[in-house]
Amino acid sequence: MNLKELYQEIILDHGKNPRNLRRTENFNKDAKGHNPLCGDKVHVYLKLNENKKVEDISFEGQGCAISMASASIMTDLVKGKEEFEVKEIVNDFLDMIKKKDQLNNNILNEDDKTKLMCLSGVKQYPMRVKCATLSWHTLTSAINNSQEEINTERN
Amino acid sequence: MNIENIKKEFPIFDDKIQNNDLVYLDSANSAQKPKMVVDRIYDFYTKEFSNVGRSVHYLAVAATNLYENTRSSVQKYINAKDKNEIVFTKGATEAINLVANTFGQKYLHEGDEVLITELEHHSNYVPWHFLRKSKKINIEFAEVNDDGEVTLESIEKKITNKTKIIGITHLSNVTGAILPVKEIVSLAHSKGIPVLVDGCQGAPHLKLDMQDLDCDFYAISGHKMYGPTGIGILYAKKKWLEELPPYQGGGGMIGEVKKKGISYGDLPNKYEAGTMATAQVIAFNESIKFLEKIGIENIEKHEKDLLNYAIEVLKKNNSINIVGNPKKKGGVISFTVEGIHPHDLATILDEDGVAIRAGHHCCQILHDKLGLSATARASFGVYNSREDIDQLNESLNKCKKIFNLK
Repeated sequence: MNLKELYQEIILDHGKNPRNLRRTENFNKDAKGHNPLCGDKVHVYLKLNENKKVEDISFEGQGCAISMASASIMTDLVKGKEEFEVKEIVNDFLDMIKKKDQLNNNILNEDDKTKLMCLSGVKQYPMRVKCATLSWHTLTSAINNSQEEINTERN
Repeated sequence: MNIENIKKEFPIFDDKIQNNDLVYLDSANSAQKPKMVVDRIYDFYTKEFSNVGRSVHYLAVAATNLYENTRSSVQKYINAKDKNEIVFTKGATEAINLVANTFGQKYLHEGDEVLITELEHHSNYVPWHFLRKSKKINIEFAEVNDDGEVTLESIEKKITNKTKIIGITHLSNVTGAILPVKEIVSLAHSKGIPVLVDGCQGAPHLKLDMQDLDCDFYAISGHKMYGPTGIGILYAKKKWLEELPPYQGGGGMIGEVKKKGISYGDLPNKYEAGTMATAQVIAFNESIKFLEKIGIENIEKHEKDLLNYAIEVLKKNNSINIVGNPKKKGGVISFTVEGIHPHDLATILDEDGVAIRAGHHCCQILHDKLGLSATARASFGVYNSREDIDQLNESLNKCKKIFNLK
Protein backbone atom coordinates (compact mmCIF):
# COMPACT_ATOMS: atom_id res chain seq x y z
CA MET A 1 0.00 0.00 0.00
CA ASN A 2 1.17 3.44 -0.73
CA LEU A 3 -0.72 6.57 0.17
CA LYS A 4 1.54 8.67 -2.02
CA GLU A 5 0.36 6.72 -5.05
CA LEU A 6 -3.24 7.34 -4.10
CA TYR A 7 -2.93 11.00 -3.22
CA GLN A 8 -0.63 12.22 -5.96
CA GLU A 9 -0.23 15.94 -6.48
CA ILE A 10 -2.46 15.89 -9.54
CA ILE A 11 -5.28 14.19 -7.60
CA LEU A 12 -5.01 16.66 -4.76
CA ASP A 13 -4.99 19.54 -7.22
CA HIS A 14 -8.05 18.34 -9.14
CA GLY A 15 -9.75 17.36 -5.88
CA LYS A 16 -9.26 20.80 -4.42
CA ASN A 17 -9.92 22.82 -7.58
CA PRO A 18 -12.12 20.63 -9.75
CA ARG A 19 -12.31 21.69 -13.41
CA ASN A 20 -15.72 22.00 -15.03
CA LEU A 21 -17.52 22.06 -11.69
CA ARG A 22 -20.58 23.90 -12.94
CA ARG A 23 -23.69 23.28 -14.97
CA THR A 24 -23.44 23.45 -18.77
CA GLU A 25 -25.92 25.86 -20.24
CA ASN A 26 -28.25 24.25 -22.78
CA PHE A 27 -27.00 20.77 -21.96
CA ASN A 28 -28.80 18.08 -23.93
CA LYS A 29 -27.87 15.03 -21.90
CA ASP A 30 -27.42 14.55 -18.18
CA ALA A 31 -27.48 11.91 -15.44
CA LYS A 32 -27.16 11.69 -11.70
CA GLY A 33 -25.02 9.33 -9.67
CA HIS A 34 -25.04 8.53 -6.00
CA ASN A 35 -22.93 6.45 -3.68
CA PRO A 36 -25.26 5.92 -0.72
CA LEU A 37 -22.52 4.41 1.43
CA CYS A 38 -20.31 7.51 1.39
CA GLY A 39 -22.93 10.07 0.48
CA ASP A 40 -21.05 11.06 -2.68
CA LYS A 41 -23.27 12.66 -5.29
CA VAL A 42 -22.57 13.72 -8.84
CA HIS A 43 -24.62 15.19 -11.66
CA VAL A 44 -23.01 15.12 -15.12
CA TYR A 45 -24.15 17.52 -17.88
CA LEU A 46 -23.28 16.98 -21.49
CA LYS A 47 -23.74 19.09 -24.58
CA LEU A 48 -23.31 17.20 -27.83
CA ASN A 49 -23.39 19.14 -31.09
CA GLU A 50 -25.07 17.99 -34.27
CA ASN A 51 -21.99 15.92 -35.17
CA LYS A 52 -22.22 14.12 -31.83
CA LYS A 53 -19.10 15.82 -30.58
CA VAL A 54 -18.81 16.86 -26.92
CA GLU A 55 -19.08 20.62 -27.13
CA ASP A 56 -19.17 20.94 -23.37
CA ILE A 57 -19.23 18.72 -20.33
CA SER A 58 -19.52 19.69 -16.68
CA PHE A 59 -20.53 18.28 -13.34
CA GLU A 60 -21.95 19.27 -10.01
CA GLY A 61 -21.54 17.30 -6.85
CA GLN A 62 -19.70 16.67 -3.69
CA GLY A 63 -17.42 13.95 -2.55
CA CYS A 64 -13.97 12.91 -1.49
CA ALA A 65 -10.75 13.99 -3.19
CA ILE A 66 -10.72 10.85 -5.32
CA SER A 67 -14.25 11.23 -6.65
CA MET A 68 -13.91 14.96 -7.29
CA ALA A 69 -10.54 14.52 -9.00
CA SER A 70 -11.84 11.66 -11.10
CA ALA A 71 -14.84 13.68 -12.31
CA SER A 72 -12.61 16.69 -12.93
CA ILE A 73 -10.03 14.78 -14.98
CA MET A 74 -12.76 12.90 -16.83
CA THR A 75 -14.54 16.07 -17.95
CA ASP A 76 -11.24 17.59 -19.03
CA LEU A 77 -10.29 14.61 -21.16
CA VAL A 78 -13.53 13.92 -22.98
CA LYS A 79 -14.23 17.51 -23.99
CA GLY A 80 -13.99 17.83 -27.76
CA LYS A 81 -14.16 14.08 -28.33
CA GLU A 82 -16.81 12.37 -30.40
CA GLU A 83 -19.50 10.37 -28.66
CA PHE A 84 -18.15 6.98 -29.79
CA GLU A 85 -14.69 8.02 -28.61
CA VAL A 86 -16.05 9.00 -25.23
CA LYS A 87 -17.62 5.56 -24.87
CA GLU A 88 -14.32 3.92 -25.71
CA ILE A 89 -12.41 6.05 -23.22
CA VAL A 90 -14.95 5.29 -20.49
CA ASN A 91 -14.79 1.55 -21.10
CA ASP A 92 -11.02 1.58 -21.26
CA PHE A 93 -10.80 3.52 -17.98
CA LEU A 94 -13.25 1.21 -16.18
CA ASP A 95 -11.37 -1.84 -17.48
CA MET A 96 -8.10 -0.38 -16.26
CA ILE A 97 -9.53 0.31 -12.78
CA LYS A 98 -11.03 -3.17 -12.58
CA LYS A 99 -8.35 -5.38 -14.10
CA LYS A 100 -5.84 -4.06 -16.59
CA ASP A 101 -2.47 -2.49 -15.90
CA GLN A 102 -2.73 0.14 -18.57
CA LEU A 103 -4.98 2.08 -20.89
CA ASN A 104 -5.32 0.67 -24.40
CA ASN A 105 -7.30 3.30 -26.29
CA ASN A 106 -5.73 5.18 -29.17
CA ILE A 107 -7.79 8.29 -28.63
CA LEU A 108 -6.04 9.95 -25.73
CA ASN A 109 -2.49 11.21 -26.07
CA GLU A 110 0.24 10.00 -23.72
CA ASP A 111 0.02 13.04 -21.43
CA ASP A 112 -3.69 12.52 -20.94
CA LYS A 113 -3.20 8.82 -20.34
CA THR A 114 -0.58 9.58 -17.71
CA LYS A 115 -3.03 11.93 -16.04
CA LEU A 116 -5.70 9.26 -16.01
CA MET A 117 -3.33 6.60 -14.74
CA CYS A 118 -2.86 8.72 -11.60
CA LEU A 119 -6.23 7.36 -10.54
CA SER A 120 -4.98 3.76 -10.74
CA GLY A 121 -3.77 4.04 -7.12
CA VAL A 122 -7.30 3.25 -5.93
CA LYS A 123 -6.87 -0.32 -7.11
CA GLN A 124 -5.08 -1.02 -3.85
CA TYR A 125 -8.07 0.29 -1.91
CA PRO A 126 -11.08 -1.79 -2.93
CA MET A 127 -13.47 0.32 -0.86
CA ARG A 128 -12.39 3.42 -2.75
CA VAL A 129 -12.77 2.11 -6.31
CA LYS A 130 -16.38 3.29 -6.35
CA CYS A 131 -15.22 6.82 -5.58
CA ALA A 132 -13.14 6.82 -8.75
CA THR A 133 -15.73 5.22 -11.00
CA LEU A 134 -18.97 6.95 -9.96
CA SER A 135 -18.69 9.90 -12.36
CA TRP A 136 -17.67 7.60 -15.23
CA HIS A 137 -20.70 5.36 -14.79
CA THR A 138 -22.79 8.49 -14.59
CA LEU A 139 -21.32 9.78 -17.86
CA THR A 140 -22.25 6.50 -19.54
CA SER A 141 -25.77 6.82 -18.21
CA ALA A 142 -25.99 10.38 -19.58
CA ILE A 143 -24.78 9.31 -23.03
CA ASN A 144 -27.25 6.42 -23.09
CA ASN A 145 -30.04 8.71 -21.92
CA SER A 146 -30.92 5.95 -19.52
CA GLN A 147 -32.69 8.27 -17.04
CA GLU A 148 -31.64 5.91 -14.32
CA GLU A 149 -29.75 7.36 -11.39
CA ILE A 150 -26.46 5.54 -11.02
CA ASN A 151 -26.24 3.94 -7.62
CA THR A 152 -22.94 2.34 -6.70
CA GLU A 153 -24.73 -0.20 -4.53
CA ARG A 154 -26.87 -1.45 -7.37
CA ASN A 155 -24.17 -2.02 -9.95
CA MET B 1 -10.93 -7.16 36.06
CA ASN B 2 -9.08 -3.89 35.79
CA ILE B 3 -10.08 -1.59 32.99
CA GLU B 4 -6.56 -0.16 32.74
CA ASN B 5 -5.15 -3.32 31.21
CA ILE B 6 -8.33 -4.70 29.73
CA LYS B 7 -6.86 -4.63 26.22
CA LYS B 8 -5.07 -7.92 26.84
CA GLU B 9 -8.43 -9.67 27.16
CA PHE B 10 -9.01 -8.94 23.45
CA PRO B 11 -7.05 -11.25 21.11
CA ILE B 12 -7.46 -8.85 18.16
CA PHE B 13 -4.89 -6.55 19.75
CA ASP B 14 -2.27 -9.32 20.06
CA ASP B 15 -1.17 -9.09 16.45
CA LYS B 16 -0.31 -6.24 14.18
CA ILE B 17 -2.92 -5.27 11.62
CA GLN B 18 -1.08 -4.41 8.40
CA ASN B 19 2.13 -3.82 10.38
CA ASN B 20 0.48 -1.44 12.83
CA ASP B 21 -0.78 -1.66 16.35
CA LEU B 22 -4.53 -1.47 16.01
CA VAL B 23 -6.13 1.71 17.26
CA TYR B 24 -9.75 0.68 17.14
CA LEU B 25 -12.09 3.67 17.24
CA ASP B 26 -15.13 2.10 15.59
CA SER B 27 -16.90 0.46 18.52
CA ALA B 28 -20.18 2.27 17.84
CA ASN B 29 -20.20 0.28 14.62
CA SER B 30 -19.23 -2.99 16.27
CA ALA B 31 -17.12 -3.79 19.32
CA GLN B 32 -14.17 -6.19 19.41
CA LYS B 33 -14.60 -9.49 21.26
CA PRO B 34 -12.95 -10.57 24.50
CA LYS B 35 -11.31 -14.00 24.51
CA MET B 36 -13.93 -15.45 26.87
CA VAL B 37 -16.66 -14.77 24.30
CA VAL B 38 -14.69 -16.22 21.40
CA ASP B 39 -13.69 -19.28 23.45
CA ARG B 40 -17.26 -19.90 24.48
CA ILE B 41 -18.38 -20.19 20.86
CA TYR B 42 -15.55 -22.64 20.12
CA ASP B 43 -16.24 -24.72 23.22
CA PHE B 44 -19.94 -24.89 22.57
CA TYR B 45 -19.48 -26.07 19.01
CA THR B 46 -16.72 -28.54 19.86
CA LYS B 47 -18.01 -30.02 23.12
CA GLU B 48 -21.64 -29.15 23.77
CA PHE B 49 -23.46 -28.56 20.53
CA SER B 50 -27.10 -29.37 20.08
CA ASN B 51 -30.21 -27.52 19.05
CA VAL B 52 -32.30 -26.20 21.91
CA GLY B 53 -35.85 -26.65 23.11
CA ARG B 54 -36.79 -29.70 21.10
CA SER B 55 -35.09 -33.01 21.75
CA VAL B 56 -34.84 -34.77 25.09
CA HIS B 57 -31.28 -36.12 24.81
CA TYR B 58 -28.54 -35.01 27.15
CA LEU B 59 -26.90 -32.46 24.83
CA ALA B 60 -30.24 -30.90 23.93
CA VAL B 61 -31.21 -30.44 27.55
CA ALA B 62 -27.81 -29.02 28.46
CA ALA B 63 -27.83 -26.61 25.51
CA THR B 64 -31.36 -25.51 26.35
CA ASN B 65 -30.26 -24.75 29.89
CA LEU B 66 -27.28 -22.72 28.66
CA TYR B 67 -29.50 -20.83 26.25
CA GLU B 68 -31.98 -20.01 28.99
CA ASN B 69 -29.16 -19.03 31.34
CA THR B 70 -28.33 -16.17 28.99
CA ARG B 71 -31.94 -15.06 29.16
CA SER B 72 -31.73 -14.94 32.95
CA SER B 73 -28.41 -13.08 32.83
CA VAL B 74 -29.86 -10.47 30.49
CA GLN B 75 -32.94 -10.11 32.67
CA LYS B 76 -30.75 -9.44 35.65
CA TYR B 77 -28.38 -7.17 33.75
CA ILE B 78 -31.13 -4.87 32.50
CA ASN B 79 -33.33 -5.32 35.57
CA ALA B 80 -36.38 -6.66 33.77
CA LYS B 81 -39.21 -7.92 35.96
CA ASP B 82 -39.63 -11.22 34.22
CA LYS B 83 -37.23 -13.49 32.33
CA ASN B 84 -39.91 -13.97 29.69
CA GLU B 85 -39.72 -10.30 28.81
CA ILE B 86 -36.41 -11.06 27.08
CA VAL B 87 -36.76 -12.11 23.45
CA PHE B 88 -33.72 -13.10 21.40
CA THR B 89 -33.52 -11.73 17.88
CA LYS B 90 -30.84 -11.62 15.23
CA GLY B 91 -30.00 -8.05 16.17
CA ALA B 92 -31.41 -4.75 17.37
CA THR B 93 -32.68 -4.16 13.85
CA GLU B 94 -34.83 -7.26 14.02
CA ALA B 95 -36.00 -6.30 17.49
CA ILE B 96 -37.29 -2.95 16.20
CA ASN B 97 -38.78 -4.57 13.10
CA LEU B 98 -40.59 -7.01 15.37
CA VAL B 99 -42.21 -4.17 17.30
CA ALA B 100 -42.99 -2.00 14.27
CA ASN B 101 -44.48 -4.96 12.44
CA THR B 102 -46.60 -6.45 15.21
CA PHE B 103 -47.59 -3.19 16.89
CA GLY B 104 -48.37 -1.72 13.48
CA GLN B 105 -50.49 -4.71 12.52
CA LYS B 106 -52.60 -4.54 15.63
CA TYR B 107 -52.75 -0.92 16.70
CA LEU B 108 -51.97 1.42 13.81
CA HIS B 109 -54.53 2.74 11.36
CA GLU B 110 -54.69 5.30 8.61
CA GLY B 111 -53.70 8.74 9.82
CA ASP B 112 -52.04 7.54 13.02
CA GLU B 113 -48.66 9.00 13.86
CA VAL B 114 -45.41 7.35 14.89
CA LEU B 115 -43.07 9.86 16.52
CA ILE B 116 -39.34 9.33 16.16
CA THR B 117 -36.43 11.79 16.23
CA GLU B 118 -34.02 13.29 13.72
CA LEU B 119 -31.23 11.49 15.56
CA GLU B 120 -32.49 8.01 14.73
CA HIS B 121 -30.33 5.72 12.67
CA HIS B 122 -31.98 3.87 9.84
CA SER B 123 -32.92 0.87 12.01
CA ASN B 124 -35.34 3.03 13.96
CA TYR B 125 -36.83 4.74 10.92
CA VAL B 126 -37.07 2.29 8.02
CA PRO B 127 -39.14 -0.36 9.91
CA TRP B 128 -41.72 2.37 10.69
CA HIS B 129 -41.56 3.62 7.10
CA PHE B 130 -42.97 0.29 5.91
CA LEU B 131 -46.16 1.18 7.79
CA ARG B 132 -46.54 4.35 5.77
CA LYS B 133 -47.35 2.13 2.82
CA SER B 134 -49.15 -0.77 4.45
CA LYS B 135 -51.13 1.21 7.04
CA LYS B 136 -51.03 4.76 5.65
CA ILE B 137 -49.61 6.12 8.88
CA ASN B 138 -47.50 9.28 9.20
CA ILE B 139 -44.07 9.56 10.72
CA GLU B 140 -43.19 12.67 12.67
CA PHE B 141 -39.66 13.68 13.62
CA ALA B 142 -38.79 15.43 16.87
CA GLU B 143 -36.18 18.04 16.02
CA VAL B 144 -32.56 17.93 16.94
CA ASN B 145 -31.18 21.25 18.28
CA ASP B 146 -27.92 23.00 17.40
CA ASP B 147 -26.08 21.05 20.09
CA GLY B 148 -27.11 17.76 18.50
CA GLU B 149 -29.60 16.91 21.25
CA VAL B 150 -33.24 15.95 21.28
CA THR B 151 -34.87 17.45 24.35
CA LEU B 152 -38.00 16.56 26.25
CA GLU B 153 -39.56 19.76 24.91
CA SER B 154 -38.88 18.87 21.28
CA ILE B 155 -40.62 15.53 21.84
CA GLU B 156 -43.54 17.21 23.59
CA LYS B 157 -43.97 19.63 20.71
CA LYS B 158 -44.58 16.79 18.26
CA ILE B 159 -46.99 14.73 20.34
CA THR B 160 -50.54 14.98 19.06
CA ASN B 161 -53.69 13.03 19.82
CA LYS B 162 -52.79 10.87 16.83
CA THR B 163 -49.41 9.80 18.25
CA LYS B 164 -49.64 6.07 18.88
CA ILE B 165 -46.05 5.14 19.68
CA ILE B 166 -42.74 6.95 20.22
CA GLY B 167 -39.37 5.57 19.12
CA ILE B 168 -36.20 7.21 20.46
CA THR B 169 -32.54 6.42 20.61
CA HIS B 170 -30.94 6.14 24.04
CA LEU B 171 -27.62 7.51 22.82
CA SER B 172 -27.00 9.05 19.40
CA ASN B 173 -24.42 7.23 17.29
CA VAL B 174 -23.45 10.53 15.65
CA THR B 175 -23.52 13.34 18.20
CA GLY B 176 -23.27 11.08 21.25
CA ALA B 177 -26.26 12.83 22.85
CA ILE B 178 -27.84 10.86 25.68
CA LEU B 179 -31.59 11.42 25.59
CA PRO B 180 -33.67 12.04 28.72
CA VAL B 181 -35.36 8.68 28.23
CA LYS B 182 -36.93 8.45 31.67
CA GLU B 183 -38.55 11.87 31.35
CA ILE B 184 -39.74 11.16 27.79
CA VAL B 185 -41.27 7.85 28.89
CA SER B 186 -43.02 9.47 31.79
CA LEU B 187 -44.42 12.23 29.55
CA ALA B 188 -45.54 9.70 26.93
CA HIS B 189 -47.17 7.46 29.51
CA SER B 190 -49.09 10.40 30.95
CA LYS B 191 -50.69 10.58 27.50
CA GLY B 192 -51.10 6.82 27.17
CA ILE B 193 -48.38 6.44 24.51
CA PRO B 194 -45.89 3.53 24.65
CA VAL B 195 -42.19 4.15 24.05
CA LEU B 196 -39.61 2.06 22.21
CA VAL B 197 -35.98 2.82 23.04
CA ASP B 198 -33.29 1.98 20.51
CA GLY B 199 -30.52 0.86 22.83
CA CYS B 200 -27.88 0.04 20.19
CA GLN B 201 -25.50 2.62 21.64
CA GLY B 202 -27.03 2.91 25.10
CA ALA B 203 -26.67 -0.72 26.10
CA PRO B 204 -22.86 -1.05 25.75
CA HIS B 205 -22.11 2.17 27.59
CA LEU B 206 -24.82 3.02 30.11
CA LYS B 207 -26.34 1.40 33.15
CA LEU B 208 -29.55 -0.31 32.12
CA ASP B 209 -32.50 -0.47 34.46
CA MET B 210 -35.82 -1.23 32.81
CA GLN B 211 -37.72 -0.56 36.04
CA ASP B 212 -36.18 2.88 36.29
CA LEU B 213 -36.57 3.79 32.59
CA ASP B 214 -40.05 2.23 32.51
CA CYS B 215 -39.97 2.09 28.70
CA ASP B 216 -42.25 -0.39 26.93
CA PHE B 217 -39.63 -1.74 24.52
CA TYR B 218 -35.84 -1.67 24.55
CA ALA B 219 -33.78 -2.97 21.62
CA ILE B 220 -30.24 -4.23 22.18
CA SER B 221 -27.48 -5.15 19.75
CA GLY B 222 -25.29 -8.04 20.96
CA HIS B 223 -22.25 -7.35 18.81
CA LYS B 224 -21.93 -3.79 20.08
CA MET B 225 -21.81 -5.18 23.65
CA TYR B 226 -18.61 -7.19 23.03
CA GLY B 227 -20.80 -10.12 22.01
CA PRO B 228 -21.08 -12.19 18.82
CA THR B 229 -22.81 -10.96 15.69
CA GLY B 230 -26.21 -12.45 14.91
CA ILE B 231 -27.77 -11.81 18.28
CA GLY B 232 -29.91 -9.03 19.60
CA ILE B 233 -32.43 -8.62 22.35
CA LEU B 234 -35.87 -7.21 22.51
CA TYR B 235 -36.96 -6.31 25.99
CA ALA B 236 -40.71 -5.75 26.08
CA LYS B 237 -43.10 -5.41 28.96
CA LYS B 238 -44.97 -8.65 29.39
CA LYS B 239 -48.36 -7.19 28.62
CA TRP B 240 -47.13 -6.16 25.17
CA LEU B 241 -45.68 -9.55 24.39
CA GLU B 242 -48.96 -11.09 25.42
CA GLU B 243 -51.10 -8.66 23.43
CA LEU B 244 -49.08 -8.36 20.23
CA PRO B 245 -49.39 -10.98 17.49
CA PRO B 246 -46.43 -13.26 16.70
CA TYR B 247 -43.79 -11.90 14.31
CA GLN B 248 -42.49 -14.88 12.36
CA GLY B 249 -44.04 -18.30 12.05
CA GLY B 250 -42.27 -21.64 12.28
CA GLY B 251 -41.06 -24.29 14.65
CA GLY B 252 -40.56 -23.43 18.28
CA MET B 253 -43.16 -20.65 18.42
CA ILE B 254 -46.24 -22.84 18.28
CA GLY B 255 -48.54 -24.51 20.78
CA GLU B 256 -50.67 -26.89 18.75
CA VAL B 257 -50.70 -27.16 14.99
CA LYS B 258 -53.81 -28.60 13.34
CA LYS B 259 -55.09 -28.37 9.80
CA LYS B 260 -57.85 -26.12 10.96
CA GLY B 261 -55.93 -23.89 13.28
CA ILE B 262 -52.75 -23.13 15.16
CA SER B 263 -52.17 -21.97 18.69
CA TYR B 264 -49.00 -20.16 19.65
CA GLY B 265 -46.45 -20.98 22.29
CA ASP B 266 -46.01 -19.28 25.62
CA LEU B 267 -43.66 -16.37 26.13
CA PRO B 268 -41.00 -15.90 25.00
CA ASN B 269 -41.23 -18.84 22.54
CA LYS B 270 -44.04 -17.09 20.69
CA TYR B 271 -41.44 -14.70 19.27
CA GLU B 272 -38.56 -17.11 18.68
CA ALA B 273 -39.46 -19.03 15.53
CA GLY B 274 -37.06 -21.48 13.96
CA THR B 275 -33.58 -22.44 15.12
CA MET B 276 -32.13 -19.45 16.87
CA ALA B 277 -28.50 -18.29 16.95
CA THR B 278 -27.85 -20.81 19.67
CA ALA B 279 -24.06 -20.55 19.98
CA GLN B 280 -24.17 -16.77 19.86
CA VAL B 281 -26.84 -16.54 22.53
CA ILE B 282 -24.84 -18.86 24.78
CA ALA B 283 -21.63 -16.90 24.15
CA PHE B 284 -23.46 -13.65 24.82
CA ASN B 285 -23.71 -14.74 28.43
CA GLU B 286 -19.93 -14.28 28.55
CA SER B 287 -20.29 -10.72 27.26
CA ILE B 288 -22.64 -9.96 30.13
CA LYS B 289 -20.19 -11.55 32.58
CA PHE B 290 -17.39 -9.52 31.04
CA LEU B 291 -19.30 -6.26 31.48
CA GLU B 292 -20.28 -7.21 35.02
CA LYS B 293 -16.69 -8.02 35.95
CA ILE B 294 -15.51 -4.56 34.94
CA GLY B 295 -18.62 -2.87 36.22
CA ILE B 296 -20.71 -0.54 34.09
CA GLU B 297 -19.92 2.38 36.42
CA ASN B 298 -16.21 1.89 35.71
CA ILE B 299 -16.91 1.68 32.00
CA GLU B 300 -18.91 4.91 32.07
CA LYS B 301 -16.16 6.64 34.00
CA HIS B 302 -13.43 5.37 31.69
CA GLU B 303 -15.26 6.40 28.54
CA LYS B 304 -16.18 9.79 29.97
CA ASP B 305 -12.51 10.40 30.69
CA LEU B 306 -11.56 9.39 27.15
CA LEU B 307 -14.29 11.57 25.71
CA ASN B 308 -13.20 14.64 27.66
CA TYR B 309 -9.59 14.05 26.71
CA ALA B 310 -10.47 13.56 23.03
CA ILE B 311 -12.56 16.73 22.93
CA GLU B 312 -9.72 18.65 24.57
CA VAL B 313 -7.14 17.31 22.09
CA LEU B 314 -9.28 17.71 18.98
CA LYS B 315 -10.42 21.19 19.94
CA LYS B 316 -6.79 22.32 20.02
CA ASN B 317 -6.53 21.22 16.42
CA ASN B 318 -8.09 24.26 14.79
CA SER B 319 -9.12 22.67 11.48
CA ILE B 320 -11.32 20.11 13.24
CA ASN B 321 -15.02 20.75 13.76
CA ILE B 322 -16.80 18.50 16.21
CA VAL B 323 -20.44 17.80 15.31
CA GLY B 324 -22.79 18.71 18.15
CA ASN B 325 -22.13 19.67 21.72
CA PRO B 326 -24.64 17.79 23.86
CA LYS B 327 -24.62 18.38 27.60
CA LYS B 328 -24.94 14.67 28.27
CA LYS B 329 -22.73 12.79 25.84
CA GLY B 330 -21.47 9.24 25.39
CA GLY B 331 -18.18 8.08 23.87
CA VAL B 332 -18.83 9.10 20.28
CA ILE B 333 -17.23 12.00 18.44
CA SER B 334 -18.23 12.87 14.90
CA PHE B 335 -16.12 15.48 13.23
CA THR B 336 -15.04 17.05 9.99
CA VAL B 337 -11.65 18.41 8.98
CA GLU B 338 -11.65 21.52 6.84
CA GLY B 339 -10.48 20.74 3.32
CA ILE B 340 -10.44 16.94 3.66
CA HIS B 341 -13.37 14.68 2.95
CA PRO B 342 -14.11 12.11 5.70
CA HIS B 343 -13.43 9.21 3.35
CA ASP B 344 -9.99 10.49 2.54
CA LEU B 345 -9.38 10.86 6.28
CA ALA B 346 -10.48 7.29 6.92
CA THR B 347 -8.20 5.89 4.21
CA ILE B 348 -5.16 7.81 5.44
CA LEU B 349 -5.85 6.99 9.10
CA ASP B 350 -6.19 3.33 8.18
CA GLU B 351 -2.63 3.40 6.91
CA ASP B 352 -1.56 4.09 10.52
CA GLY B 353 -3.79 1.36 11.91
CA VAL B 354 -6.37 3.86 13.13
CA ALA B 355 -9.84 2.47 12.40
CA ILE B 356 -12.61 5.06 12.29
CA ARG B 357 -15.86 5.26 10.38
CA ALA B 358 -16.63 7.77 7.66
CA GLY B 359 -19.94 8.41 5.98
CA HIS B 360 -23.41 9.12 7.27
CA HIS B 361 -23.33 6.34 9.89
CA CYS B 362 -26.78 5.15 8.81
CA CYS B 363 -28.17 8.58 9.77
CA GLN B 364 -28.97 10.32 6.50
CA ILE B 365 -31.83 12.33 8.02
CA LEU B 366 -29.49 13.84 10.58
CA HIS B 367 -26.72 14.54 8.07
CA ASP B 368 -29.19 16.27 5.76
CA LYS B 369 -30.34 18.38 8.68
CA LEU B 370 -26.74 19.26 9.56
CA GLY B 371 -26.04 20.05 5.90
CA LEU B 372 -23.20 17.52 5.82
CA SER B 373 -22.91 14.74 3.27
CA ALA B 374 -20.56 12.79 5.48
CA THR B 375 -18.63 13.00 8.74
CA ALA B 376 -15.77 11.08 10.30
CA ARG B 377 -16.49 9.34 13.58
CA ALA B 378 -14.32 8.06 16.39
CA SER B 379 -16.15 5.94 18.95
CA PHE B 380 -14.79 4.35 22.09
CA GLY B 381 -14.87 1.02 23.85
CA VAL B 382 -13.46 -0.34 27.10
CA TYR B 383 -10.12 -1.12 25.44
CA ASN B 384 -9.33 2.41 24.30
CA SER B 385 -6.81 4.61 26.03
CA ARG B 386 -5.53 8.17 25.91
CA GLU B 387 -2.68 6.90 23.71
CA ASP B 388 -5.28 5.96 21.10
CA ILE B 389 -6.55 9.54 21.08
CA ASP B 390 -3.00 10.84 20.72
CA GLN B 391 -2.45 8.51 17.76
CA LEU B 392 -5.73 9.68 16.22
CA ASN B 393 -4.63 13.29 16.52
CA GLU B 394 -1.19 12.55 15.12
CA SER B 395 -2.67 10.72 12.15
CA LEU B 396 -5.13 13.56 11.54
CA ASN B 397 -2.16 15.90 11.34
CA LYS B 398 -0.61 13.53 8.82
CA CYS B 399 -3.77 13.87 6.71
CA LYS B 400 -3.36 17.61 6.74
CA LYS B 401 0.25 17.25 5.67
CA ILE B 402 -0.67 14.98 2.75
CA PHE B 403 -3.33 17.47 1.69
CA ASN B 404 -0.88 20.36 2.07
CA LEU B 405 -3.00 22.01 4.74
CA LYS B 406 -1.68 23.89 7.72
